Amino acid sequence: MQAEPILRADGLTKHFPVTQGVLWASVVGWVKAVDGVSFSIPQGETLAVVGESGCGKTTTARLVLRLEQPTAGHVFVDGRDVHALSGDALKDYRTMVQAVFQDPWSSLNPRMRVRELVAEPLVVNRTASSHEIKARVAEILNAVGLRPQQADLYPHEFSGGQRQRIAVASALVSHPKLIVLDEPVSALDVSIRAQIMNLLVDLQKQYGVSYLLIAHHLATTRYMAHEVAVMYLGKIVERARTKELFRNPLHPYTKALFSAALPAHPDVVREEMILSGEVPSPINPPSGCRFHPRCPFAMRHCSEIEPEEKEMAPNHLVACHLY
Amino acid sequence: MPRRIGDVILEVEDLHTYCFTRWGVVKAVDGVSFSLRQGEALGIVGESGCGKTMTALSLLRLVPRPAARIVKGVIRLQGENLLEKSEKEMRSIRGRRISMILQDPQTSLNPVFTVGNQLVEAIKIHHRDGRRSLARRAIDALKQVRVAAPERRVQDYPHQISGGMKQRVVGAIAISSEPRVIIADEPTTSLDVTIQAQYLKLLREIQEETNLALIFITHDFGIVAKMCDRVMVMYAGRPVESGPVRDIFNRPSHPYTQALLRSVPSMDEDVERLASITGQPPALWDLPTGCRFAARCPHADDRCQHDYPPSFVVGDGHSADCWRLEAECRPSRSSALTA
Repeated sequence: MQAEPILRADGLTKHFPVTQGVLWASVVGWVKAVDGVSFSIPQGETLAVVGESGCGKTTTARLVLRLEQPTAGHVFVDGRDVHALSGDALKDYRTMVQAVFQDPWSSLNPRMRVRELVAEPLVVNRTASSHEIKARVAEILNAVGLRPQQADLYPHEFSGGQRQRIAVASALVSHPKLIVLDEPVSALDVSIRAQIMNLLVDLQKQYGVSYLLIAHHLATTRYMAHEVAVMYLGKIVERARTKELFRNPLHPYTKALFSAALPAHPDVVREEMILSGEVPSPINPPSGCRFHPRCPFAMRHCSEIEPEEKEMAPNHLVACHLY
Repeated sequence: MPRRIGDVILEVEDLHTYCFTRWGVVKAVDGVSFSLRQGEALGIVGESGCGKTMTALSLLRLVPRPAARIVKGVIRLQGENLLEKSEKEMRSIRGRRISMILQDPQTSLNPVFTVGNQLVEAIKIHHRDGRRSLARRAIDALKQVRVAAPERRVQDYPHQISGGMKQRVVGAIAISSEPRVIIADEPTTSLDVTIQAQYLKLLREIQEETNLALIFITHDFGIVAKMCDRVMVMYAGRPVESGPVRDIFNRPSHPYTQALLRSVPSMDEDVERLASITGQPPALWDLPTGCRFAARCPHADDRCQHDYPPSFVVGDGHSADCWRLEAECRPSRSSALTA
């Protein structure tokens, strides 16, 4: 039996109401952003959630961060239901779970010095004395590759890569167990991305922190993640250990994503599988398997019956009628 | 129909575009030369601020005035120097002979006009035609970019269609006047991966049908690997390496190209650790006299700090600007891309 994972999501669901009218607005439909998603992350590991825009990966992250209330389902961090927390337990949660966002130009308060930005999680949660905070900030700045003298500068004095280092430092300062990384490198320049990816991988080894990585770039997940979950229209369609998934993708959508990924060399020829059409609206998602209108292998019952997750190999789950 | 690589259609020689700002002269494009043949796809790769977009804007003479000016160089389109043209003559060249697809379809379409309106506006400049025939041309243009039900789409406003569809409309506007050269500036960065694959395939098909010359401005070597015949890598306003795509991938010769290629995680194999490039590019208003990559280069020595290296010929049509090649390669007199 494995130890309790750091993060466990169980049947997580978030539906947003679609309203009509300004006063006396009435609900005319539901955006099924996340619809019954389950996953878990053991300590010190990275789970990547990949998918296209509108698949619900960011809503999933926001649910884990307690920025949204789930319509149904639960998120457990360290065994406790995140959305039922209050008082001291909630404070604990807030030091335990941190986030790094995509755009370091908008995620750092321009009026705060680096020292204040990085110390913020400690100050807000009042877990340390000012002396401890100072020492901790210096230590963490060093860990992310910034000089202690830079602590008194403002964010605008840094480049994108350095800003993202500040964001990572701020996320890491309170000894979190889980960091949600929402597209942490996509806003950065190519030559800087590798620096930040390496830093995140190193810090994980050093501190044993778990990552929930939200990404759309498959190569990034191959480099950073231990396990990958592929989302489509609010559902996880396939989930496997990274090595297994890249060796043997099963779901037609996963295959299409792989086929669409750009090659690393002109001689790499991928199996051509270009999907027709676009992702349908999550307001009225297709019946049955949500992927069936775009699926080249769709059969008749795909539009009628929703496929259940099947375990094709150890820890390799896929929701598709083909299997 | 396979693509035929034809004669040189566009030639750029020693192009310099500077921005004159309060803080100094920003050398955005500082000595770029290349040539482009009919039916060919050229990739211009580099990070933000390397001058790739300014190069593209210079080709259309659309650099932001008054700050930016093309200070030196020759841009020859089918033998005519565009830098000697009047603004009026340029207006008939833009769109008709060279056109451009921008990164973000959201901002390149006008939200208060229908798709059809915007297509007709572009077509009208070059074709004096009746209303009905213009409308038919607009529908044909949408058909050419594989938009389903084009008769209905022409009545839609940009907000009513998806991002991928919008980029198709932008593409339709770009090809509507049958230009010979299209510059695509990061055309798929704002699209999702599966939509990106559709769009790249479409561009390839259009290129095969019309034997267009394409310039891809991108930061992604993946697009280059998939779409381009030749590539020019830019760093801090200058091309540092250029050549046929396979040669660049198989034998990258400039340390910057080498580092860039190794810093990208691969979809196809496990990478133990990414090679990262330390530091950042130099400020374009305060460039070092020597090699611009020297400060970040693992091989840099004294000479690299002081003297800018000449171009050395690495292979057939493949050249790189690096002193380390001096021992084994001969210098190329002109840039290698001006074949």
